[in-house]
Amino acid sequence: MMRLPPFSYRPARSVAEAIALLAEHGLDAMPVSAGTDLYANMKQRLFTPKVLVGLRPIRELRFIDFDEGRGLEIGALSTLTDIARNDAIRAKYPALAEAAGAVSTPQLRNMGTIGGNVCVDTRCNYYNQNLDWRKALGYCMKKDGDICRVAPSSPKCVAVNSSDTAPVLIAFGASARIDGPSGVTTVPFADFYRDDGIRAWAIRPGEIITRIHVPKPAPGTRSAYLKLRLRNSFDFPIVGVAAMVATDDRGLCRDARVVVNAVGSRPVVVDGAAKALIGTHLEASALDEAAEAAFAAAKPLDNTSATIPYRKRMVRVYARRALERIAS
Amino acid sequence: MSVAPPKVLLAMHVNGADVECAFSPSKTLLEVVREDLGLTGTKHGCEMGHCGACTVLVDGVPVLSCLELAVEAEGREVTTVEGLARGAEMHPVQAAFAECGAAQCGYCTPGFLMSAAALLDGADGRTLTQPEIAEALAGNLCRCTGYTKIIEAVALANGRMAEQSRG
Amino acid sequence: MAERDLRTVSTATNPDIDAAGFTVDSAVSSIAIAAPATPAGKPEGFSVVGKSTPKVNAFAAVTGAAIFADDVVLPRMLHGKLLRSTKPHARLIKVDCSRALELPGVVAVATGADIPVRYGILPSSPDETVLAYDTVRYVGDPIAAVVADDELTAEEALDLIDVTYEPLPSIMTIDAALRDDLPQIHANPRRTNNVHKEVHLEFGDMGAGFADADRIFEDEYFFEGNTHAPMEEHSVVAAFGADSKLTIWASTQTPHYLHRIAAQVLEMPASRIRVIAPPVGGGFGGKTEPFAHELAAAYLSCKTGRPVKITLTRQEVFYAHRGRHPVKMRIKTGVKRDGTITACHLQTWLDGGAYGSYGVATTYYTGALSTVTYKIPAYKFDGCRVFTNKPPCGPKRGHGTTQPRFAFECHLDAIADALGIDAAEYRKRIAVDPHSTTVNGLRITSCGLRECIDAAAMRTDYAAKRARKQKGKGIGIAASTYLCGAGLPIYWNEMPHSGAIVKVDRGGGVTVYCGTSECGQGSEHMLAAIVAETLGIDVMDVRVCSGDTDLTPVDLGSYSSRVTFMAGNAARQAAARVRSQIADVAAAKLGIAVDRVGFALRRVFDVDKPENAINFLEAAQATEAKLGTIAGVGSYAPPPGIAGDFKGSGVGPSPAYSYSACVAEVDVDLETGAVTVEKITLAHDVGRAINPDSVEGQIEGGVYMGLGEALMEEQIFRAGEHKIPNLLDYKTPTILDMPPVESIIIETDDAEGPFGAKEAGQGPLNPVIPAIANAVADAIGARVYSTPVTPEKVLKALDAASGGVLRLRKPAPPATPREPVAP
Repeated sequence: MMRLPPFSYRPARSVAEAIALLAEHGLDAMPVSAGTDLYANMKQRLFTPKVLVGLRPIRELRFIDFDEGRGLEIGALSTLTDIARNDAIRAKYPALAEAAGAVSTPQLRNMGTIGGNVCVDTRCNYYNQNLDWRKALGYCMKKDGDICRVAPSSPKCVAVNSSDTAPVLIAFGASARIDGPSGVTTVPFADFYRDDGIRAWAIRPGEIITRIHVPKPAPGTRSAYLKLRLRNSFDFPIVGVAAMVATDDRGLCRDARVVVNAVGSRPVVVDGAAKALIGTHLEASALDEAAEAAFAAAKPLDNTSATIPYRKRMVRVYARRALERIAS
Repeated sequence: MSVAPPKVLLAMHVNGADVECAFSPSKTLLEVVREDLGLTGTKHGCEMGHCGACTVLVDGVPVLSCLELAVEAEGREVTTVEGLARGAEMHPVQAAFAECGAAQCGYCTPGFLMSAAALLDGADGRTLTQPEIAEALAGNLCRCTGYTKIIEAVALANGRMAEQSRG
Repeated sequence: MAERDLRTVSTATNPDIDAAGFTVDSAVSSIAIAAPATPAGKPEGFSVVGKSTPKVNAFAAVTGAAIFADDVVLPRMLHGKLLRSTKPHARLIKVDCSRALELPGVVAVATGADIPVRYGILPSSPDETVLAYDTVRYVGDPIAAVVADDELTAEEALDLIDVTYEPLPSIMTIDAALRDDLPQIHANPRRTNNVHKEVHLEFGDMGAGFADADRIFEDEYFFEGNTHAPMEEHSVVAAFGADSKLTIWASTQTPHYLHRIAAQVLEMPASRIRVIAPPVGGGFGGKTEPFAHELAAAYLSCKTGRPVKITLTRQEVFYAHRGRHPVKMRIKTGVKRDGTITACHLQTWLDGGAYGSYGVATTYYTGALSTVTYKIPAYKFDGCRVFTNKPPCGPKRGHGTTQPRFAFECHLDAIADALGIDAAEYRKRIAVDPHSTTVNGLRITSCGLRECIDAAAMRTDYAAKRARKQKGKGIGIAASTYLCGAGLPIYWNEMPHSGAIVKVDRGGGVTVYCGTSECGQGSEHMLAAIVAETLGIDVMDVRVCSGDTDLTPVDLGSYSSRVTFMAGNAARQAAARVRSQIADVAAAKLGIAVDRVGFALRRVFDVDKPENAINFLEAAQATEAKLGTIAGVGSYAPPPGIAGDFKGSGVGPSPAYSYSACVAEVDVDLETGAVTVEKITLAHDVGRAINPDSVEGQIEGGVYMGLGEALMEEQIFRAGEHKIPNLLDYKTPTILDMPPVESIIIETDDAEGPFGAKEAGQGPLNPVIPAIANAVADAIGARVYSTPVTPEKVLKALDAASGGVLRLRKPAPPATPREPVAP
């Protein structure tokens, strides 16, 4: 049986206690909410923290509030099931409900939290392997080695951001509240991810995401999330497309965002797609142009299921379909 | 042995009974129910969250015991396949699985039963659609049945439970 | 419960039930499609057979009470782990365990030198040792075993074993294995390459056959390897006692073979070894031979005097493998204008992985059953299995026949298209006839192939849908055949293939003892049903004791779809002998001649005057009083005369063959290439359904596994390693990927099968893969020549058909009118 490496467990009952515990144990400690991603990685010895600071007991971080004025506030410990089933989210931010509901399986959505999902470790099929498998390979730069097995000449790790919710949150202009030893900061998700498979998040050791704020959608906002995977359950996305479009009462597109994920270490905001859509009535040719921009922006590598050309080609199809769904 | 942190002594509530158990904090709920509580009905097929064989209910919600820390089960109600029956009487979904031939090798069965029981108990007598049943079981893999008779069995149990709640 | 109104039943009566209980009727049964069935779909005359009742072992399964191998816990039990090679191919220079032994909690270690006996499941290829001795042959090849007080400590100890390798070039493809300039994975002075086995067979006049043909068709196909992925990870507990006896609980489909090989490898008398097969959590052929972890646990239990458990991780299950061989196939067929086959030449190249396993048999099987499906008057087969530095391939559901079935059925569609014959009609035209002999000497008895094709086609409105040409929508058909048990045992002997004992308890309960292994296929229920039917009692009155080499007579194992036919016949004979004893005594009590004694509904009665009866318990007690303890033994061996007389004729013969036809209906997304199977309809000639629900379950399971192989499953390698040894990246279909399945049971009442039964465990998988491939070809007007039929391959086929290539760029769209929008 795959087992966890030994560690001590320190439950935190408040955000302050969590920050204090993390500070106390320094780099020996890792924060964990549901652990659905971390525990699997620990079983493969990708992480061997001496101390786990359990965030689950912080009950007050499991909430979803929607206010017509302020928008949406989500506690980081809200489960993906909470989000997928929340009426306000389904009505106002359907792409977010779709993305949360598309994560893995019912059991894992019952367990996994939004805070965990936005920080899900980047993935690579040279990295997400058991210790002896990686030993046979000679390791890779993300763990225990010094070169990238996907792109040996790459100076940085190219592991893939596989979060379903991240591109949607970026599309909605959401931000994360981060609590840490030096206080509270707010980081827009658009700035939260980095093009580096190892240091992929703008969060420092000792800090935790506590809340997610999603601005009130502009009138006439529609959104969709489409996920390419080889099976209809379990699988991480191998292409994920989030699209948000706001139109006025004449059907004129006033705002648009297309974000593609699972084709690089961070979600790709496709500026060209927004440009192609804004100011149009979402005619077929505008959707084509936006899809083409998404296609051009996506640069998948050979580290997930399916091949590079297939995933790249699917970015165009999925972007187009996501926009069609919104436009129709 | 590597220096392991001391065991924790935990008061747990499993299958309706209070149990005290001491175990290493790095043990998963799967390991504790199977190895420390002797409830071997809960199975494991990957221990990585890729198969659903280890599904149990925590506070009535299906979760994967292979990715749950046992220490976090403190104060929560854990139900395993051994706790599904009411006394000598099987849960309707267990009876339906037996009747429909929904268990072949039977190894994934406890996990399916837990996902199904949560769905059925939560349906409150409402008739479930086939897609609803399939969605609820989408986190459990089976290699024997092709899922066909599993869906049949859950639908059968749903019908009987609906009848019961009406009668 | 699924409706079964299309159940076809034999119109023949069942004269084989008489007072003696076991005579075989040789009358040829006739088939009636959609013949009026009795309400339960059960033929007249049976009270248990043909009835869908819960399996006798279902209750343990649904309550968590079933004890699988990993659930066995013994006092003082140690936990073991295997150290596995990190090199695909290397000489093993040194394995130093001294640091591991010093780790507190570690009790013992073993390396190759401790258990050096060479073995192999087939006596013809004894090329394995429990732990690598001087060479490692794939990443994952076991090198050493450690036992410790707990699993984590054993795992930690693995890291302290120092292994010195001298790397050798690795051979990862069939083409590389055929080269003369690479080292041999297994030294073989008679060759210069890595060929393991070559087979060359020729029957009939090939020259004349091709000369006679109006058209000759030639195609090449590739079937990618895939694996069983049973939900249960293999597990063993071995306990060596103070009485010097060893007990092994193992998740094995073949307790008898594990028993034999454990005795050989441990150099212990087999009489001191007891192998118990608890319920097996899925096998599909993947647990049909002894594994390193089983033999290492046995050895280390002997060495430490303590019970040892080793349970594989999922990654190790991928390494244990013994799954579907990747096979390259070339097929050339000559036909007359009406489609009649005049000659066929099949060539196969099998990528065997690092060891022999069942591979010699697999090689033969890639060629053996071609002639059992369609009439082929001249047939040539060339098979070649090679060694590569990958986990060893072996038997998976359909063993060796699945790959050429994919090729042949796709090839037949191409021929039918070219000749302008409907694909279903074409298959019926060339189908083999019942009670015939093939050109390679195989005896065919009952055969419902045409009935299967008709039933599947009729039910799906096949002809109309096939005629429709709507891009993206497709329908395809394929047919197949499978064995009901291999005609020969895997080691030469003249003993029965199956034995059974039936014992009647003083309380009226009946126990059947048989060495079968229950791995979900329903063997326990089958045995109980056959005994209950014979003795006229309820199926729940029968207790089944199986898979225990101390308690049960030998059954060769749950492989080659042999258990219902062979163990079923043995159990039937044993029960018949008990019945005969009881009938003698009951006849006297009832005051009638023995040939008038009937058994049903727990009563023993006068068939001419059923109210003249005593209950079964009374009859049993009277019999015990008069004759002493009541028990009967039975055994089964296939009859002579079912095979040809040539070298290599031992693989392919079977006492009977099952037949299947499958229709797949698909929707193909022309932009993504994604294939959605909308429905599978599968008609299967099972001979007789002993428990129709179980037969349907086997059909549905076969459809499921075939669907996975057709669309997504692939055991693939990169940089010398298994690329995806986990259940997330190795794609098995989820409940949301599974189409509705309609099963149609065709009953041909096989004259030699128990109550007419044949098999359902493997046959129904075979036609599914080509049926889906043919449906995809119908939907897109182009063919994918390899499995799995992935979205990407579909797009490539579409691109090629439209004269393009995989397009990365599309011409820029025309400019869209745009209004300025304030930021």
